[in-house]
Amino acid sequence: MRADVLLAALAFYLVSAALFLTLGARGDWGFILAFRGEKLLALTVVAVAVAVSTIVFQTVTANRILTPAIMGFDALYILIQSLTVAALGAGAAGWSGLPAFALETTLMIGAAGLLFGLLLRDSEDLNRIVLTGIVLGILLRSLNALVTRMIHPSEYAFVVARSYARFNSVAPDLLWIATPIVALVTAGLLIGARRLDVIALGRDPALVLGVDHRRAAIGLLVPVTLLVAVSTALVGPIVFFGLLVSAIVHQVAGTWRHATLLPAGALIGAGLLVLCQTLFERVLDMQATVLVVIESIGGLVFLMLLFRRARA
Amino acid sequence: MRLGPLIAGFALLILASLLLGAGRLDGDAPWLLAVSRLPRTLAAMLAGAGLAVAGVIMQMLARNRFVEPETVGTGQAAGLGLVVMTVLAPGSALWLRMVVALCFALAATAVFMALVRRLPPRDPMLVPLTGLVYGGIIAAVAGFIAYENDLLQFLDIWMNGEFSGVMLGRYEFLWLAGGATLLAWAFANRFTIAGMGEEMSQSLGLSYRQVMATGLCIVSLVSAVTVVTVGMLPFVGLVVPNIASRLSGDHLRRSLPGLAAGGAALVLACDVIGRAVRYPYEIPVGTILGVVGACVFIWLLQGRVAGQGRHAR
Amino acid sequence: MIRCHDLTVSAGGVRILEGVSAHAPAGAITALVGPNGAGKSTLLSVMGRLLTPDRGQVTLDGADIATLPRRDLARRLTTLRQSTRIVPRLTVRDLAGFGRYPHNPGAPTAEDRRIVEACLADMALTDLADRHLDTLSGGQQQRALIAMALAQDTPALLLDEPLNNLDLTHARRVMTLLATRARAGRAVVVVLHDLTIAARFADHVVALKDGRVRAEGAAAEVLTGPILGDLYDAEVEVHEIGGLPVILPI
Repeated sequence: MRADVLLAALAFYLVSAALFLTLGARGDWGFILAFRGEKLLALTVVAVAVAVSTIVFQTVTANRILTPAIMGFDALYILIQSLTVAALGAGAAGWSGLPAFALETTLMIGAAGLLFGLLLRDSEDLNRIVLTGIVLGILLRSLNALVTRMIHPSEYAFVVARSYARFNSVAPDLLWIATPIVALVTAGLLIGARRLDVIALGRDPALVLGVDHRRAAIGLLVPVTLLVAVSTALVGPIVFFGLLVSAIVHQVAGTWRHATLLPAGALIGAGLLVLCQTLFERVLDMQATVLVVIESIGGLVFLMLLFRRARA
Repeated sequence: MRLGPLIAGFALLILASLLLGAGRLDGDAPWLLAVSRLPRTLAAMLAGAGLAVAGVIMQMLARNRFVEPETVGTGQAAGLGLVVMTVLAPGSALWLRMVVALCFALAATAVFMALVRRLPPRDPMLVPLTGLVYGGIIAAVAGFIAYENDLLQFLDIWMNGEFSGVMLGRYEFLWLAGGATLLAWAFANRFTIAGMGEEMSQSLGLSYRQVMATGLCIVSLVSAVTVVTVGMLPFVGLVVPNIASRLSGDHLRRSLPGLAAGGAALVLACDVIGRAVRYPYEIPVGTILGVVGACVFIWLLQGRVAGQGRHAR
Repeated sequence: MIRCHDLTVSAGGVRILEGVSAHAPAGAITALVGPNGAGKSTLLSVMGRLLTPDRGQVTLDGADIATLPRRDLARRLTTLRQSTRIVPRLTVRDLAGFGRYPHNPGAPTAEDRRIVEACLADMALTDLADRHLDTLSGGQQQRALIAMALAQDTPALLLDEPLNNLDLTHARRVMTLLATRARAGRAVVVVLHDLTIAARFADHVVALKDGRVRAEGAAAEVLTGPILGDLYDAEVEVHEIGGLPVILPI
């Protein structure tokens, strides 16, 4: 565990958080801190969920270009949301919060295991898998649009789900569920960090060392799916942010050990997201478009990684 | 494939399109047909034919089976042009907006083709992958500008392909797509040779540059006209040429009529389904195509076709 | 007759051809031989105007090919590269048919069809003519490409390692066909790595090494032990079996 890297990451996060909480604050400090504190928590939880799920997913699939969102995990979750609403009656009162989240997440874990277990079988042709994943995401999003339209055909102005997340409308009760979930899952993954390191070696070396790669991979799909479900439920789909964080962490961590990668990724991701939000909200005054920019940058990073790999 | 049943099926489809709709065909029937149903049917067929042909041209030029204008940024760039025009010159005429959309589409596609040339030919999946991300980035930029100018909802409506707004006087630009299809047929041999590569083109005395430029223009024109008139119709340009290729090969001069017909039929069928499945409400054809097309695309990516894609490279 | 005058080609800072002057006479088969990386394919590409040299020129019957209009060049010169991959899904007959394009870009005439069928028959592809290329083996695809080159029917014919993937029978068949075409007055240039075939079929040989011409002349004079040994940095023996030369490394 590289303590120096972790300390630097922690410092980065704390500075970002402090800026977020204090920059441009006017008026009642108590209120402001409480209000911003909640937003800070939301941003942190989402960033940690995305960063950790991406890093683990990349370890399991043995490449740094895939992310769960590229494979359409988030679209799957949104679709399941729509389907449960459709099945249980549109706009059923009280259908929100913990029960909804629990049901949807359970369904998602099952569906994800099925869908992506199938896809990841032939891990040779990486680009084909990625392409399939992206198109699968498109399919799921289109299905979602279809389902929504079927339910609300008279809603002429129905906006198809956008690919930017909304941080200003995070449901508070969801946040209080999400935080412990993300904390627990991340802790659990950290405990199993050594096993992750072995998995990162690849299928055969892992087998030699006594780790059944395939079973471990499918098993790890559960926490990954859970984290994706949480972040999507909280703020909506995020596609390239995880890739960006993962690329940065692998670059600066100077080690491949997950005991460092995971916490560093969590801290750097959270710090980055908070910093960008601060920048956009306070300095540039361009509110909810943080993620547009991050996603675009992440998209460019994605392309760069693809090209670099192709040239190799 | 026997021609008779196919033609009969197509005719039935057209009939269904003319008869299906929220309004009833009674005394006003001729008027309704002339103003709404017939233009809508024609629009669907023209757009479908144009997009299928644009798709196959792009595939020949990019030398890759899994690209088409709506998934590699051409369509998205046309949308971007629309947004920019709406922001800068809100009251401008439709033809002017179309020209601007065309220019954006042309520029974006030219850049994409330049990108594709730098990609290693060993990996056929890299090209559509790059295209999807590239298109996504363009879409994000358009969304950003739209958001900043309170146009996000409009952008969504414009970009989601649907024919419900089509009527006499509002779709005529799509005939340009039809014209582009005819042009493509005239140039079919040239595109096939271009599909064999730059060296083969040169060896046979063809100006690769000219063919590429013509192809780009046709592709961008069809895409811009379609996006501005009826919105994005995804996957048509991908699914129809791939299936046609499996059935009858890539000799464009021979296969182009079938391609155009296939594209027309696909879009028309999806529109009819969209109108029928939740009658009297309509599901936009773009949504139906998104589901149907994505399924077929995924099917194409698995199995033998993808393997062939690798082998033929 | 094709003449190369002082050709120099660099790519990525590396000199591939240096001051290469050579000629390929009409009515003969000229073989380009040399070790890997000697620049044979590059030279062929320059001759076919698929590559522009940094310096020097190539003349076709006295005319500088750089100045010839595209169509014109295609009617006088055919180039078949080694690395040709055909992506569009075409039948063998369709592919060969495209060889007629420079002469007739419109619908094929009866004469075009006759030529195409003759070339298909020459390459023993008549039975496979309606099959799609991607269902054929590498050797069959290669023969289809050669049929296309033959259908283009030009006075000059440049082929880069055309015998790749071909078995004994077909290789000999192709070389015999090329020899017939050469006798009829065409200039045929072939890049070959099999020296025995070169010795048997080539009239004129250009030997390249490290981007320069090491030897040029009649086949019997160039394809000798000492010259080849110097060319390939190995000991090479030239035997004669049944009156035909056989070249073997030691």
